[in-house]
Amino acid sequence: MSVQTWTYLIVGLSFALYIGIAIWSRVGSTKEFYVAGGGVHPVVNGMATAADWMSAASFISMAGLISFMGYDGAVYLLGWTGGYVLLALLLAPYLRKFGKFTVPDFVGDRYYSRTARIVAVFCAIFVSFTYVAGQMRGVGIVFSRFLEVDITTGVIIGMAIVFMYAVLGGMKGITYTQVAQYCVLIFAYMVPAIFISFMMTGHVIPQLGFGAELNDGSGQYLLQKLDGLSTELGFAAYTDGSKGMMDVFCITLALMVGTAGLPHVIVRFFTVPKVRDARSSAGWALLFIAILYTTAPAVAAFARVNMIETVNGKDNTGTLYSEAPEWVSNWEKTGLIKWEDKNNDGRMFYHKDPALNEMNIDRDIMVLANPEIANLPAWVIALVAAGGLAAALSTAAGLLLVISSSISHDVLKNVFMPNISEKQELLYARVAAAFAVVVAGLLGIYPPGFVAQVVAFAFGLAAASFFPIIVLGVFYKRLNKWGAIWGMVTGIGFTAAYIIYFKFIVDAAQNVPANWFLGISPEGIGVVGMIINTVVALVVSHSTKEPPQHVQDLVESIRIPRGSGTATHH
Amino acid sequence: MSSSSNGSAKAYWAANKRVLALCLSLWAIFGFVLSIFFAEPLNQFEFFGFKLGFWFAQQGAIYVFVVLIFYYAKRMNYLDRHHDVHED
Repeated sequence: MSVQTWTYLIVGLSFALYIGIAIWSRVGSTKEFYVAGGGVHPVVNGMATAADWMSAASFISMAGLISFMGYDGAVYLLGWTGGYVLLALLLAPYLRKFGKFTVPDFVGDRYYSRTARIVAVFCAIFVSFTYVAGQMRGVGIVFSRFLEVDITTGVIIGMAIVFMYAVLGGMKGITYTQVAQYCVLIFAYMVPAIFISFMMTGHVIPQLGFGAELNDGSGQYLLQKLDGLSTELGFAAYTDGSKGMMDVFCITLALMVGTAGLPHVIVRFFTVPKVRDARSSAGWALLFIAILYTTAPAVAAFARVNMIETVNGKDNTGTLYSEAPEWVSNWEKTGLIKWEDKNNDGRMFYHKDPALNEMNIDRDIMVLANPEIANLPAWVIALVAAGGLAAALSTAAGLLLVISSSISHDVLKNVFMPNISEKQELLYARVAAAFAVVVAGLLGIYPPGFVAQVVAFAFGLAAASFFPIIVLGVFYKRLNKWGAIWGMVTGIGFTAAYIIYFKFIVDAAQNVPANWFLGISPEGIGVVGMIINTVVALVVSHSTKEPPQHVQDLVESIRIPRGSGTATHH
Repeated sequence: MSSSSNGSAKAYWAANKRVLALCLSLWAIFGFVLSIFFAEPLNQFEFFGFKLGFWFAQQGAIYVFVVLIFYYAKRMNYLDRHHDVHED
């Protein structure tokens, strides 16, 4: 069977599965819609969180980015996993004990303020839309290559699928769909990784193959060879960094704190039965995530060696374009690979120096093209397409639910129409979800930038807004509403302004370390936003009066696990 | 709340903060100190075909993070019971 037939078959089957689950788990109450009824098993929740969390950026872009960045790719690996430690230790158990539906719920109650709630809603919607834009672009890329439709059609198909399970099933539908999506995506990621690891090093476990000797009889370790190739072509050695240490530190920390502050991840810990489940569920989530995240750097290294050898040939002088493997021309059609024969020798050549380099290779293709580069069977290529779609769709659905519950629960129910019935609220939640799907689709058709780059911004913004306010809300009783409001406003304001200034106002040539504040890139600036948020929150709180007694009692009560069951029914 | 259970809640919170301090220190040591700040000097050492600093940054720290969360969950379950603040 051809790749095309396999793709229709595997992607079609996986979609049928997701829609089937959506119909089976459709919901009738707001509690089921927002938090899946609060009865999800911690291991199941861990799996759903992993799918929710691992987006198109993790599945499609991350290994590619690491492949081009070498050691510096650690910022994504450390940042996107280390955040779970913060989440498990500082947020999940307390938010579960608090026991409401959304993050703005917590902010609104803890800071006894409608204004704080509205600021939190604004932050949640802003972060979620920034993030969902990247997902929809991911869906577009996968469809355009594998179903050979244009990106717009691809995005519309994706919208229809997400619409089905997010609008019908709410959180309950999303949870069980995400479990299925986790299984599809991890299988799809691991199969080619295991194949390639085995072919190149003889190890079936990519994490071991990554550090092993190559199979080609050279007696060289994979990473040694890669360091050699990289320096020969003018790059820094693969295992050495080329970014400043301060910047690596800030980006890593911003991604960690951002991970812990992302509303669609936090809300998943509202869905387990007990506080102790919230703690262990974070561990399960990270374990499921770590399977992919420890494989990704191995895939990155394998892909890098394969890519360089295919383009430059074994003797590093370039491969004749007429003899290029099929994947090169397949990806040229999508515009994601470009060849420009600068010296007119009919050969492709890849080099750091732009005067010598003839290949323009988009980082986003590394995972998707990997099975083709390594000559794997057609069904593996189709499987990777299904996996990429599962990753993008599961995250998009989680984000859309945050947006819809922010609108229906936090804005309509708690601010403008406190008297609506549960049935009406559920209707508004569905309307809001439908609206969010349309906006997300438009963002996918007119994408604001690179998948992983856009996502990095969402993290900076999440780091600078929610995280400090929630942590201080639990650990520092004295923090009052003025502190929280001003902290969030200044934190997100500074971070957004810095990112917008360097990414959209000045031209790209100005976006360099010499012009950055303390050498911190826009990707890492969320750390500074977070510090500003914290300092402003503390200073403002100390110059205004302390929070009322009932709020201090609330803080006492979320610190101990007992009694979490009843809190949900307030 | 009676005064004795209040005292227990206080002791529980203090014990909780000690566990947090331990876990967050390990998180910082593996996530930042070994993987970023000292990656370069550690790269002189070889570890199963990896340079050690590179291995911490791209593999090792992630394994430590997983273990840390399960350790924390286990330790807190014990503290919940020990201080009699557990659910049901």
